[in-house]
Amino acid sequence: MRFFKRILSIAAVVSVAVAGTAAAETIKIGLITSSSGQGTFLGEQMIQAAQLYMNQNKDRLPAGTDVKLIVRDDGGPNPDKARQLAQELIVREKVDFLTGFIWSPNAAAVAPLSTEAKVPTLLMNAGASINITLSPYFVRFSMGTSTAPFYLGKWAGARFKTSYIAVTDYGPGFDSEKYFELGFKENAGAEVVGRVRMPINTADFVPYLQKVKELKPDVLFVFVPTGRIGVNFVKAFNDLGLAKQGIKLVGTGDITADEELPSLGDAALGLLTVHHYSGAAERQATKDFNAAWAAAYGKDSIPSFAAPQAWDTMDAIYEAIIAQEGKVESDESMEILRNYKSDKSPRGTISIDPKTRDIRQNEYLREVRKVEGRLANVEIEIVGQQVLDPWVEQNSK
Amino acid sequence: MDGQRLKFYLPRAPFEITELIPWVLGIAVFFLLPEYLALAARILIFIILVLSLDLIVGYAGVVSLGHGVFFGVGAYAAGIASVSLDIHDPLMQLLIAAACAGLLGLLSGAVVLRGRGLTLIMLTLAVASLVHEAANRATQLTGGADGLTGVVIDPLLGLFSFDMFGKTAYVYSLVVLFIVWLLLRTLCRSSFGASLIGIHQNTMRMQAIGTPVLRQLLFTYTLAAAIAGIAGALLTQTSSFVGLNTLGFELSGEILVMLILGGVGRLYGAFVGPVVFLVAQDYLAKQFPENWYLGIGVLLIVVILYARGGILGLLDLLVKKGVKA
Amino acid sequence: MLEVINVVFHGAAFGMVLYVITVGLSITMGLMRFANLAHGMFAMVGGYALIVSMGRYGVPYPAALGLAFVASCLMGYVLERLLYSRFYGDSELAQVLISIGLIFVAIALVRMVFGPQSQRVDLPSYLQGQWHIFGLDWIAYRVFIIVVGALLILALWFGIERTRWGAKVRAAVDNRAMAQSIGIDTSRIFSLTFMLGSGLAGLGGALGVELLAVQPGYPFEFLVIFLMVVALGGIGSLRGTFFAALLIGLADTACKYWIPELGSFLLYGLVIVFLGLRPGGLFGAQT
Repeated sequence: MRFFKRILSIAAVVSVAVAGTAAAETIKIGLITSSSGQGTFLGEQMIQAAQLYMNQNKDRLPAGTDVKLIVRDDGGPNPDKARQLAQELIVREKVDFLTGFIWSPNAAAVAPLSTEAKVPTLLMNAGASINITLSPYFVRFSMGTSTAPFYLGKWAGARFKTSYIAVTDYGPGFDSEKYFELGFKENAGAEVVGRVRMPINTADFVPYLQKVKELKPDVLFVFVPTGRIGVNFVKAFNDLGLAKQGIKLVGTGDITADEELPSLGDAALGLLTVHHYSGAAERQATKDFNAAWAAAYGKDSIPSFAAPQAWDTMDAIYEAIIAQEGKVESDESMEILRNYKSDKSPRGTISIDPKTRDIRQNEYLREVRKVEGRLANVEIEIVGQQVLDPWVEQNSK
Repeated sequence: MDGQRLKFYLPRAPFEITELIPWVLGIAVFFLLPEYLALAARILIFIILVLSLDLIVGYAGVVSLGHGVFFGVGAYAAGIASVSLDIHDPLMQLLIAAACAGLLGLLSGAVVLRGRGLTLIMLTLAVASLVHEAANRATQLTGGADGLTGVVIDPLLGLFSFDMFGKTAYVYSLVVLFIVWLLLRTLCRSSFGASLIGIHQNTMRMQAIGTPVLRQLLFTYTLAAAIAGIAGALLTQTSSFVGLNTLGFELSGEILVMLILGGVGRLYGAFVGPVVFLVAQDYLAKQFPENWYLGIGVLLIVVILYARGGILGLLDLLVKKGVKA
Repeated sequence: MLEVINVVFHGAAFGMVLYVITVGLSITMGLMRFANLAHGMFAMVGGYALIVSMGRYGVPYPAALGLAFVASCLMGYVLERLLYSRFYGDSELAQVLISIGLIFVAIALVRMVFGPQSQRVDLPSYLQGQWHIFGLDWIAYRVFIIVVGALLILALWFGIERTRWGAKVRAAVDNRAMAQSIGIDTSRIFSLTFMLGSGLAGLGGALGVELLAVQPGYPFEFLVIFLMVVALGGIGSLRGTFFAALLIGLADTACKYWIPELGSFLLYGLVIVFLGLRPGGLFGAQT
């Protein structure tokens, strides 16, 4: 498995040649992601998605144009390292586009460079709401971390009276806490009875959940970093008997990440989450994406949300390249990127808001159900229609 | 290892021609490798940091696993000065960083230096963890886990702005390094330096002859902390950003590795170590990130087993063999 | 009142895990005067041994615990003979550096083989959920930890206080030269004790999978808390380590429960101040 992944990374550096004539124009895309340390799972999916897109869209490139993807490893949330890598990509490799970024702090550190060098920087995963404002050359294709909590809050507040908020103690956690509460309280009579911020490396959630058990809220909203940690949280929730007590657990899609559902097992059934993507969606675009992914990477590889995000980003870059006929220029690219729209994304319809350069997409309410014998996040309704991140919306006026 | 050091602290020890090498190289790099200046500036910053580490580990014999905390405090002091206090002048920030880090060094040293052995090591770690936690929590001030953005640095001396190529950063760091080095070389060559080595090798005897051991250790610890703080501020100034990993344990571990690699207790080891480590990291870690970590671990074990004097120690052996031949 | 009971219960469980992991470190520190910062990797190996044997090979839980113990014992023995024994009496710096080197290697290898994510294991059904005792609900697994911890402590105490091996260990801790001169093979004692200490750490790591996440960064992540327990308890003192582990377990849980905003900050601060005033810890020599 490791070897396979290593091959992928090396392959990423190999240019994707255009059919026919020798390449005259090579567009370089610098991709900064995590191939070691924390976030490796998402990082590798990012690379895989980008490569899949490039392989499938070779023929759309203008004649004589060649696209080269240069992948660099930031080793996890290392803003210092990310900045170093970005500097090298800009000065040594002279990239035309910068993209990737699993971690928000890494993207934040790169912002001054993007501005100084005037390099269009497309955020594939980093989502701290404030990030998009840090550079006029940033365009965000992922999501804002305030969005899902806000629309989840609005939805929950209409159905539950009291809530307790548990978040991980870092940027996205604070965003989630603030906006869930704002959304929740938009409903008359709904109130938040307690809250807690849990340290970032917590494995043992029991002491915190014990408190929740005693306060007996109607609903518990949780935000933790995506993946394995969510599994631990749900387990602790069930172990302590909170579900039996009638407390409803809701959260962002991070607690029922598509690739972690098998680990959660039946304990996850009925969990309600809000997220901008689910691999189980009924859209044709999602099905096509899953099919292409399975064909390239095998049936056992489950694409998480990082994959469609990366896919869409590449689509936008390619649109900019094609529209400029292979001769890309920063400000022209930015103009194209900020007006990007697509209804063929695996996420449904998405577009970039020209004023804020941030993404507009749907937020779906999903419930964990068994579909054809496998657990899946089934989309039940759209709780946010083509919405922008609420923080960005509020602060762009 | 000791013979080398003895030569070093004799009063009026002559300037050896080899001591000019780092500075010649430093100037050469500026003209010959313009695309690598950002990396080079980073190396310079680490040299300053590792010099301060050599002072306490190599000379005073205090094994600190948390030295990185002073680097981080300096980095954040400079950053916060810019973001919250609107102080954008780089030299002013350096001063603030040195003061803050030095103060922490003084306060923590007063507690930490009373311990011995494992307790001492543990206390240095605990202090570092404490500050790391504090920075993590005080998100209003430090940006927490997301790091501190929006750091603005005014042009140096009003003339040289910090560009993305790292030109200003490089020359600036080189000058600061020169000053720090001059200071340390003078200090270590003096009777104070001799006293430190005495404390390192035989504390009881030094106490018996009336040396104010704790006071001297504390002074050294504080000075080392201040210098580390300066290095931290330099990093902030060259990247316009401060991240939590400046306070992390990994950094403290890495600088120890750099020091040993170069050669501990001889000041120049602190020049060699970071150059070798960071250049190797720049090249190798990109190709093989997992193996890099493994390689460093194995290298460290091998060095401790067979080449404790580090690279400079090995060079010494070669020179000696050459002389004998 | 219920709150306090819960905090004490969870704190005690955490403290037990900490004790089982760190008691080996305290003894070997007292015995060999070796600052083995890499001790956490034995706990990590135990954790992974449990997870792999149960997850991949379906080994039943009790056997998996035993496997964790044995795996760490073996690793401890091999490393002691090959590496650690060369550094007895060496400078502190050398000892610290060799430990760090080992940690780097351990972390890298584990990451390469198992990946960077933290590992999970499904506990056997008889240990899941809650047990109803004395009219209150207790998380079954934590009760188990406390019981096992208590049994281990008794076994250890018996071993140290009542057996010949224990007597030899105590002699060697107090005065190695003297012990050697009356014919005690101290180097064998060192190996055996080191082996046992590592094995216990492995067992502790396996017991504590739900409390201390098993992931490659384990040895660094929990280094501070392990060292704190040992330093606080007093190096070489079984009793001291026990009380220190319990204290820290309780304090950490209490902080998380009542003042989560401050988190570990308070804990570190208090320990630092305490050790500053009493460098020998609770039960150690105060020089």
